[in-house]
Amino acid sequence: MNKSVDNINRERFNILMMGALDNELSFSEKQEFEKLINEYAEFRTDWQEYKQLKEVTQSMKLKSPPDEVWDNYWMNVYNRIERGIAWIVFSIGAVILITYGLFKTVESIIADSQIETIIKIGIIALLGGLVLLVVSVFREKLRIRISDPYKEIKR
Amino acid sequence: MTDDSDFDEQSIIVKCQHGDKHAFGVLVQHYKERAYFCALGIVGVPEAALDLSQDAFVRTWKSIAKIDVLRPFFPWYYRILRNLCFNYQRDTARHARSFSEIGEPTLKAISDPSPDAATLLDRQELHDKVWEGLNALKPHEREIIVLKDIQDLPYKTIAEMLDIPTGTVMSRLFNARQALKKQLERYWHE
Repeated sequence: MNKSVDNINRERFNILMMGALDNELSFSEKQEFEKLINEYAEFRTDWQEYKQLKEVTQSMKLKSPPDEVWDNYWMNVYNRIERGIAWIVFSIGAVILITYGLFKTVESIIADSQIETIIKIGIIALLGGLVLLVVSVFREKLRIRISDPYKEIKR
Repeated sequence: MTDDSDFDEQSIIVKCQHGDKHAFGVLVQHYKERAYFCALGIVGVPEAALDLSQDAFVRTWKSIAKIDVLRPFFPWYYRILRNLCFNYQRDTARHARSFSEIGEPTLKAISDPSPDAATLLDRQELHDKVWEGLNALKPHEREIIVLKDIQDLPYKTIAEMLDIPTGTVMSRLFNARQALKKQLERYWHE
């Protein structure tokens, strides 16, 4: 029996053929698939070709790394997790010390009567601007982290 | 991989959510191989696959509180992993190592249980061609073939991992296999 294949049958057959190849069809789908196979010669040819392809692809394997890689796998993950925590603690310490240092610097500049007022204003403006920039960048990062649905995607 | 009968994923995740790193270790040990091979299937570079799969576990740990314990862990993890893998491919802007280099040289018998040397050579050549064909596919096409045919995962799991309906898994598989078949057509008809 050699009937011509219409688009609807072709699309349906392609889907059913995948299910048949991977053994994922229900009983009624199997019957539908067999009916199409019996009806159309073109489908029988496709079925044979895809079966052959599947036979080869499912026999392929990816190389496994050496055993020591598996042995150290969890330790590497663990170390990275700990390193992440260490960085956070380090950053908090650094922020506290830098802030304190800046505060003390500004304080000593203001108290120093030998430095001219215009220079004092310049230094304070410079440091104030730097603090505002850091706060602005930090706030933006925080906002993105909270609201961005694609935060796991590296930019 | 741990014996599945001893592996109570839900209670392990709950422990992780209470900060138990040892429990997270059990989870990592259970899924490390699948994670590595999934990454390898996309990026094609063993060192990068190892690094990315570990990085994805670290990110998973950081957001473990958000995991719904009633849903399977791996699809959730895989979505993080595949984003990292596709980003890696985009950022490095280089082609993955030839898949024939990362394929297992010892072949499983296809249908003949006692093949002679010539048949084995033919099979090796065929496998090399298929690896080349896979290498030439788009990453998304290669990914779904690796998940289904090489990792042998059921449609339901693949659908959860890719966050798509089962019907879409089937149509994507068809497109990917069709593309691979086209790649092999010349060799196929020799």
